[in-house]
Amino acid sequence: MTTTALPTYEDAVSRYEPVIGLETHVELGTATKMFCGCRTDFGAEPNTQVCPVCLGLPGALPVANRAGIEATIRIGLALNCDIAEWCRMARKNYFYPDMPKNFQTSQYDEPLCVDGYVDVEVDGKQYRIGIERVHLEEDTGKSLHVGGATGRIHGATESLVDYNRAGIPLVEIVTKPVPGLGALAPEVAKAYVAELRDIIRSLGVSDVRMEQGSLRCDVNTSLNKPGEEWGTRTETKNVNSLRSVERAVRSEIIRQSGLLDEGTRIFQETRHFQETTGDTRPGRSKETATDYRYFPEPDLVPIAPDKAWVAELKAALPERPSSKRARLREEWGISATDMESVANAGAVELIEETIAAGASPAGARKWWMGELARRANETGVELAAVGATPAQVAALQKLVDEGKLNDKLARQVLEGVVAGEGDPAAVMNARGLGVVSDTGALTKAVDDAIAANPDIAAKVRDGKVAAAGALVGAVMKTTRGQADAKTVRDLILERLGAS
Amino acid sequence: MSDLTKMSAAQLAKAIAAKEASAVEVATAHLDRIDAVDERVHAFLHVDREGALAAAADVDAGKRTGPLAGVPVAVKDVIATKGVPTTAASKILEGWRPPYDATIVERLRAAGTVMLGKTNMDEFAMGSSTEYSAYGPTNNPWDLGRIPGGSGGGSAAAVAAYEAPLAIGTDTGGSIRQPGAVTGTVGAKPTYGGTSRYGLIAFSSSLDTPGPCARTVEDAALLHSVIAGHDVRDSTSIPQPVPDVVGAARRGAGGDLSGVKLGVVKEFAGDGSEPGVLSAFHESLEALVKLGAEVVEVSCPHFQYALPAYYLIAPSEASSNLARFDGVRYGLRTGDDGSRSLEEVMSLTRDAGFGPEVKRRIILGTYALSSGYYDAYYGQAQKVRTLITRDFEAAWKSVDVLVSPTTPFVAFPFGSRTSDPYQMYLADLFTIPTNLYGGPAISVPCGLSEGLPVGFQVMAPTMADDRMYRVAAALESAVGTLTPPTLEATA
Repeated sequence: MTTTALPTYEDAVSRYEPVIGLETHVELGTATKMFCGCRTDFGAEPNTQVCPVCLGLPGALPVANRAGIEATIRIGLALNCDIAEWCRMARKNYFYPDMPKNFQTSQYDEPLCVDGYVDVEVDGKQYRIGIERVHLEEDTGKSLHVGGATGRIHGATESLVDYNRAGIPLVEIVTKPVPGLGALAPEVAKAYVAELRDIIRSLGVSDVRMEQGSLRCDVNTSLNKPGEEWGTRTETKNVNSLRSVERAVRSEIIRQSGLLDEGTRIFQETRHFQETTGDTRPGRSKETATDYRYFPEPDLVPIAPDKAWVAELKAALPERPSSKRARLREEWGISATDMESVANAGAVELIEETIAAGASPAGARKWWMGELARRANETGVELAAVGATPAQVAALQKLVDEGKLNDKLARQVLEGVVAGEGDPAAVMNARGLGVVSDTGALTKAVDDAIAANPDIAAKVRDGKVAAAGALVGAVMKTTRGQADAKTVRDLILERLGAS
Repeated sequence: MSDLTKMSAAQLAKAIAAKEASAVEVATAHLDRIDAVDERVHAFLHVDREGALAAAADVDAGKRTGPLAGVPVAVKDVIATKGVPTTAASKILEGWRPPYDATIVERLRAAGTVMLGKTNMDEFAMGSSTEYSAYGPTNNPWDLGRIPGGSGGGSAAAVAAYEAPLAIGTDTGGSIRQPGAVTGTVGAKPTYGGTSRYGLIAFSSSLDTPGPCARTVEDAALLHSVIAGHDVRDSTSIPQPVPDVVGAARRGAGGDLSGVKLGVVKEFAGDGSEPGVLSAFHESLEALVKLGAEVVEVSCPHFQYALPAYYLIAPSEASSNLARFDGVRYGLRTGDDGSRSLEEVMSLTRDAGFGPEVKRRIILGTYALSSGYYDAYYGQAQKVRTLITRDFEAAWKSVDVLVSPTTPFVAFPFGSRTSDPYQMYLADLFTIPTNLYGGPAISVPCGLSEGLPVGFQVMAPTMADDRMYRVAAALESAVGTLTPPTLEATA
């Protein structure tokens, strides 16, 4: 590595033009694997979701899962791709212990979807990212190295392999090289992955969780001087958060520009992103390029999607998340920044459903982005899994609107709902949390308060109506917050002849 | 040798159904025959005496029924049998017991057959002489110093030596038909996709086809009808009804072939077949003409490129199919003493586990698929394959079936061709075009040359398996079946 100081990012992008490209892997959420009937549940005991086919036992044969093909076509259509009328799976041959057959069933020169695009917005400006191809393949198993201090293969005494993941359908989305982004290349890369994630989530074909590896990203970066040919690219692997996509591109631009400034050649290599430092490190260097010896998979018949079926899938595509967000923002009357935080929290659909169940946009947003988002953060679960349904949140808001709950009591009811005690009305009744607005029941509390605070009562009688607040507070205290404040106030003024 | 072992499968099925013989008696007779002769023939790698007797007892108790209830069958060791050792005659799978049955084995059980054991073969079905078995060769019952054909030499020899009335083989380039020809038995390769490959340890996925070995055409058809049919676990399996091969064989046995056009491939004439083979073939043609058939010369100009195309496609697919045998998950593992890297252990395991012919083909296939060579070799071979398919399709416009000798020469002595792989590969010269095309073909004994059996091949359009059985049965009715010398006499 060089001893001279690295240039600043601003310096780097003032002298060089970056070209980026992204390869994104998405694990599909099909119930069964791509080429056999094994289940795909996340987190199952190792090697409990395997069979002769996904273990690649001698004689076992793959049969394609129609749901995987359908999901891939839907992704392709959502990314504005052309769908192949006829294509084949191919074998990608290489030896690795977590790959049971020592070849991966994938696609090579005949991908299912080609030539699409995704539009993203950064700083109010639109950028079009070209999609080269979307293809289908199978995931590999996972190696676990035990006995060493680091969990890495180095120093381990044993290596174990879990094949539960082997054969889960994986979709690879490859962009065309994207030039002309200048200093914004890192932001556009991040916005692209975010947009891709939202689109795929809207299709319901994957849970696209980067932290669980169901969406994985490789980032290609190269630099060239203005007017010159594109430079040699490096491929940064294992980028597993949106923020890291941005950081990986940025640090690679800085690193490469430093080398180019010195006149050092950039080597085409695989690099690994370091979450802790934010920079990239070289992967295992290979003297020669791997030869995967691709050829058409003879165990599977070609895929020829029926035109009518593809048209049907296209017609049934959901609204694009970006336009949906724009539309909802309008309908809900919130700012772009607020909408962004709603989207980031994964709350768009939840709020939408809550509104559909009868809540006002403001009410729905208040619960999901306030109390429930806080709980989700604290417990580290997705908002959708926090324990309350849109219907329950709508019912809660309705109780508030009807005056049966005040804000404070509503929070307590929501706590019960999240704890699984039932719907809001049931929790309210079981916990005895309803607002008491029955004048008969409140009269005694009011009379007690007046009796206990003769000075204040006198002031109110004298016409200092504002002083009644203290008496209201006293009543609220004795009723543990369950009294309806307005009813109490009216009652006090009535009893003191000040109304 | 008891009469039970001399009976055909059809006769045995009838006798057992009529309670004239018990399934246990039949199984015992064949197991005893194996005990008596297999030391010399070495057709079996594993005999499942217990399993066979238990299955036979279930037939006698009425717990297992089916069209072939109680009829013994031997299965080529490349086909997975649950709990029963399956090695593909390779050291790398020594002692491996599959946790599942191949689809055709399930169908054999459903038909009531009694599985006697697993038969010897060239390692991973690569070879034409069964000399490449890691467990030693099989000897031809006609002459124990000669090869029984390959790769299904064990299945053919088991049938020829009366150790089993029926056997299952697999045909990638002729591995059912060529052993059938040199052992004087009937061997049929069904239409590709007509029989399921699920559970068949893959050699070349786009060519491998399981099929029947028997002593009569009717028996082969019976076994064929039991194992054929669509299988959802094999994506290349054809979702169509099985042609009525048994009916066709019985019709053909009636001896009338009027109106049937036989195509003789012009390009096969100059390929140096032994004179005895050629004269047996021509005598057979005359016999078929007497039954009313018409003989037409047909040109298939691309058949001459079938052999080189095959020896690029099959090894290419094999190099990938055999990659899974790496010592990581099952089978042999060599050199894992804690001092070696993963790559070294894989390499040592594969070096120790694979025999010379398998290594030769893995290297050839790896080379042919390499970037920079793909277009010149594998890609070109696929184009040739398309041209050969067109030759067949053009032929069907003028003839009903194509006929040829099955092999250019009779069983050769051990070791006479192993030093020159190309000479060995010529054994499959006439059988390979059909594999590249995918249609069905059968070999029927048609006479002797120098005291050794000669096979007659009938090739038909895809899914016209019935047509091929009809012609084969007619020929059998005209020339008769061959009777191998009893091994007692040669002992």
